[in-house]
Amino acid sequence: MTYQLDHQDIREGVSKLCLDFPGEYWQKCDRDHAYPTEFVQALTQGGYLSALIPEEYGGLGLPLSAGAAILEEIHRAGGNAGACHAQMYTMGTILRHGSDEQKKQYLPGIAEGSLRLQAFGVTEPTSGTDTTALRTTAKKSGNHYIVNGQKIWTSRAEHSDLLLLLARTTPREEVVKKTDGLSVFLVDMRDFVGKSLTIRPIRTMMNHSTTELFFDDMKIPKSSLIGEEGKGFRNILSGMNAERVLISAECIGDAKWFIEKASSYACERKIFQRPIGQNQGVQFPIARAYSQMRAAELMLAQAVALYDAGGNPGEEANLAKLLSSEASWAAAEICIQTFGGFGFAEEYDIERKFREARLYQVAPISTNLVLSYVAEHVLGLPRSY
Amino acid sequence: MKVIVPVKRVIDYNVKVRVKADGSGVDLTNVKMSMNPFDEIAVEEAIRLREAEKVTEVIAVSIGVKQNQETLRTALAMGADRAILVIASEDVHQDIEPLTVAKLLKEIATEEAANLVLCGKQAIDNDMNATGQMLSALLGWSQATFASELNIEAKNAVVTREVDGGLQSIKVSLPSVITVDLRLNQPRYASLPNIMKAKRKQLDEKVPSDYGVDLTARLSIINTREPETRKAGVKVASVDELLVKLKEEAGVI
Repeated sequence: MTYQLDHQDIREGVSKLCLDFPGEYWQKCDRDHAYPTEFVQALTQGGYLSALIPEEYGGLGLPLSAGAAILEEIHRAGGNAGACHAQMYTMGTILRHGSDEQKKQYLPGIAEGSLRLQAFGVTEPTSGTDTTALRTTAKKSGNHYIVNGQKIWTSRAEHSDLLLLLARTTPREEVVKKTDGLSVFLVDMRDFVGKSLTIRPIRTMMNHSTTELFFDDMKIPKSSLIGEEGKGFRNILSGMNAERVLISAECIGDAKWFIEKASSYACERKIFQRPIGQNQGVQFPIARAYSQMRAAELMLAQAVALYDAGGNPGEEANLAKLLSSEASWAAAEICIQTFGGFGFAEEYDIERKFREARLYQVAPISTNLVLSYVAEHVLGLPRSY
Repeated sequence: MKVIVPVKRVIDYNVKVRVKADGSGVDLTNVKMSMNPFDEIAVEEAIRLREAEKVTEVIAVSIGVKQNQETLRTALAMGADRAILVIASEDVHQDIEPLTVAKLLKEIATEEAANLVLCGKQAIDNDMNATGQMLSALLGWSQATFASELNIEAKNAVVTREVDGGLQSIKVSLPSVITVDLRLNQPRYASLPNIMKAKRKQLDEKVPSDYGVDLTARLSIINTREPETRKAGVKVASVDELLVKLKEEAGVI
């Protein structure tokens, strides 16, 4: 079957579902730092989070473009997919690198939504982007690995059953390449929480359910290893482009929401007996934000098309993420400026979306690292780090 | 028993409607279009009847432009079994009149040997509230309008109608045309698996001449204009002030 990349019908379905979760719903979640459980349930029941899982494992086997369409529409409707987007794509590591038994064991549950895999433990307090410097260790002991260490900025850990964990299985000094010696594990956190695993929520400027994790002699079965021992870094990297594309789609959705809000407000709000949008000083910045969004959207479309055609487009995926996160931020800026004081009132949702939109220049990868990638791998400049 | 559900593609209810500069109608260029909300309730009810094994097949029908395909796909994604599209126009701004729609639906209901037509009480674009009644007359079937509750029995349908004074229960014999009101049910979301399945469901495309129906318009729209914008109110400080204003400014007391 061939797919249209824009998936108009899927978008319709998502935007309809989102109508039941208006601004007040998100405001309440935000105010209470609460997880949007009802929204995630509705998406799960609608089958949207299993879009990318192959049909043989109970998913829909849709291409990445469908995932991008779903996430974009959620953000375009004023919601936030951050609470659940990882359920859509974290499973990619198992799909690509897991054994047949692991796939059969986990993927159907993930597709159905009964098993939540949406926590990914990589970053540590002392190693951010320099992933290979991570200190969490997994030492083999008989039929088990013993995990010790700490992770930070592990989002949704309290709302996930499984954790995809990157840990060092061979000390950095003993490997030839520093990217070797890291391994990926799929940990069933339900067995360890409150015992050898402590999850501590971190309050942040936006509602993102992020946490830090502490492992104290956490004894996980040998069968938790995903892929080959010591090759974990590469196994993780292979999923990065898909993640960049999906995050980029969320940014485009945000940008569209901000631009729509700003334009309609500029038409309605009358000062000096005429709509403020009649002033070029008000309308030009909105038009500029729109053009910036469209340009970023084209890059996203190209990245998605290349990905769905079987490629793994590092350049396009990274550029799409860079340009979209900047476009959504520019749109956020101009939206709050257009609304003036009202932009700061919670009931307009703009201040909330404004805080949320800022994240994507920092996470899941910072803009500087995207630029480093482009400089080094696209332009052939010397490695800067 | 087969049920026919006519669905109309209308301007989305969330869209702020703009009248065309020349007053010839509402501007539909690049405007989000959706299934008429009352028709969505009819689709939902039809699917529930099939789930309850009261009907065997749900056929969604749309009459209009080629893009009505999308509206029909939505009905299929909700759970309709198959769809028929009658392409009666190439221009999204051309509204097909109720009598023409009713004539086409009559032919389709007859050809399909359907026993029930469930339709929205009216379309939210022109609010005609006429098609269901006309169809009932053309077919010679019973009719029950503004249904807020529906029970299908062996040979009858028991319908609760929302009327001005309250609720009215009537029993009509089948076959019947039933038009549905807002409170009949809450339409379901189409799930992603069903959206994908809908792509493979049968959607037949027809033209009015297949049914021998003449499209010549009988109605002409003279002018369309926006409603007067309501002027801002004033706040009064006291009852006395209110009385003065009502007496002197409004002149109502």
